[in-house]
Amino acid sequence: MNLDDYRGVWIFIEQNGSKIEGVSLELLGAGRKLADKLQVPLAGFLLGSEIKPLANQVISYGADEVFLIDHPVLKNYRTESYMQGVMLLAQKYKPEIILYGATPNGKDLASAVATDLNTGLTADTTMLDVDVDNRLLEASRPAFGGNIMATILCKKHRPQMATVRPKVMKALEPEYGRTGKVIEEKISLQEEDMRTKVLQIVNDVTKKANLAEAHVIICGGKGMGDVQNFQILYDLAETIGASVGGTRDVVEAGWLPHHLQIGQTGETVTPKIYFAVALSGAIQHVVGMKNSDLIIAINKDPDAPIFDVATYGIVGDAMEIIPKLIEQFKQLRIEKGGEISYV
Amino acid sequence: MHIVVCVKQVPDTKIIKINPKTNTLDRRSAPAILNPYDAHAVQEAVKIKEKTGGTISVLSMGPPQATAVIKKSIEIGADRGYLISDRAFAGADTLATSYALSKALERINKELQVDMVICGKHAIDGDTGQVGPGIARRMDIPPVTNVIEVSEVNLKENTVLIKRKLTNGYELIQSELPCLLTVEKEINDIEYSPMTNMIQAARYEPVIWAVSDLENVERTQLGLKGSPTIVGKMFTPPRPEGGKRLEGSADGQVGQLMEVLKEKKDLFTLQSSK
Repeated sequence: MNLDDYRGVWIFIEQNGSKIEGVSLELLGAGRKLADKLQVPLAGFLLGSEIKPLANQVISYGADEVFLIDHPVLKNYRTESYMQGVMLLAQKYKPEIILYGATPNGKDLASAVATDLNTGLTADTTMLDVDVDNRLLEASRPAFGGNIMATILCKKHRPQMATVRPKVMKALEPEYGRTGKVIEEKISLQEEDMRTKVLQIVNDVTKKANLAEAHVIICGGKGMGDVQNFQILYDLAETIGASVGGTRDVVEAGWLPHHLQIGQTGETVTPKIYFAVALSGAIQHVVGMKNSDLIIAINKDPDAPIFDVATYGIVGDAMEIIPKLIEQFKQLRIEKGGEISYV
Repeated sequence: MHIVVCVKQVPDTKIIKINPKTNTLDRRSAPAILNPYDAHAVQEAVKIKEKTGGTISVLSMGPPQATAVIKKSIEIGADRGYLISDRAFAGADTLATSYALSKALERINKELQVDMVICGKHAIDGDTGQVGPGIARRMDIPPVTNVIEVSEVNLKENTVLIKRKLTNGYELIQSELPCLLTVEKEINDIEYSPMTNMIQAARYEPVIWAVSDLENVERTQLGLKGSPTIVGKMFTPPRPEGGKRLEGSADGQVGQLMEVLKEKKDLFTLQSSK
């Protein structure tokens, strides 16, 4: 393998037919920086059915080129059909870096492609950089349960690939007049050859959206003591119109269901206000919430690492502080005679 | 129906400590356990077997003491266990791991044809989720990741109906057999094992294979040599400066926080309900 045959930074553009996933736009922002450092074009690659109208959006978010494959068999994501498309593009155009969103489909696709391209893949990256001299992708992620960061390198294989956590990179402001090249490739796929069929897609927003889209989140940690004590977090949540989540420990202990876990292996959240209550702030948790606008930490231990990421810190017992907060917010509502709403 | 479940022995990451001076793991600080997601994978195989009948095999790669997680799987309800254990496997990343496991699966498949492979969604020490789909590619069978329900196994048609978790909801997938599933924890609850399973597990001696017991193995694809990724460095991220510590009594701190929040007009407002 001649490493110099490989040039360019590529982003997998995940879409659901009409809309591009947020993480793909974030990766165009992150990829733009890497491509500029390496002095190569940034490309988005797009697979699906009737997806050509999305190409312009990819360019407006920072891409110089869009590679697309449009085919009816690609309508819904399936590993077998999508990976054939990616293999075709990657083998023909030889990018040096390919990034995917660490979504269920992005991770699935990247794992399959890495195996067939016989190259390295770093999972759930939260920091990206390049070593310009060696043209090496430096993909860093929390490791070993999330108490330390590891930078993963792929020195002798190309392309270098990584999946990247949603909501940790920043998308660029779209520039709608921006121009770029759209390159379309043809693929031959037959529905009869497919071994899997997507029979139905069910959007179940009730379960998930409350954390992903909440303006205010109250996250409790193991320091709450027991599951009964979580009640005061629900009380505060109700008073101020927030959603309640938990750390990995809390979910492992069975105090909350898995879909309410915040952190590396749970949800990444970016609310306006994040209350971190009785949780220490392990790296694996912090990567899932550190981009919140305002972080308020409440913890008994003045040395808890969560105070390093908090905008405001209160050293104290949650069981004492939270009821006082509830009281204050209730008072505030009475004084102003209204509901709290978030901008 | 022959189901093979891939399992891994992992340090319990909830307990593991890191030496702050060397940034390395103190592996002795954590007990070794069956990866929790893999326990759910074994349990799901047991649930499927209750309906279809057949055999459940478990496969693991690791040092000789990893036989403990195979015994644990027998306790949950697996019938047979295989461990591939050899210095040549050491230092494998996900690519080299899926290669080694697929070679063992080739041999298992020769002994008894494999209809389904089940893996946990990921292992809690690596958190990658890449080995399962990698095995599927090497066996050339369809992978279905993030499975939350196996709704139906139809041995006449040789198909399986699966619910797969998505970012916002789930999808219903029909796959041909054989296929490979990776399962979420919510797929089932681990049931208490009957006493007979425990006795069987205590007596069980897994089959142990070295590289030389596997066929057509390219040694350059194993272990450290076969791993394209390396860990460049380990670091504790620079501690951010942190924000303002509020001072004083509990009431005082809460009061200060309320003053701050009231000023954050860009974040929230109080609207009159009238």
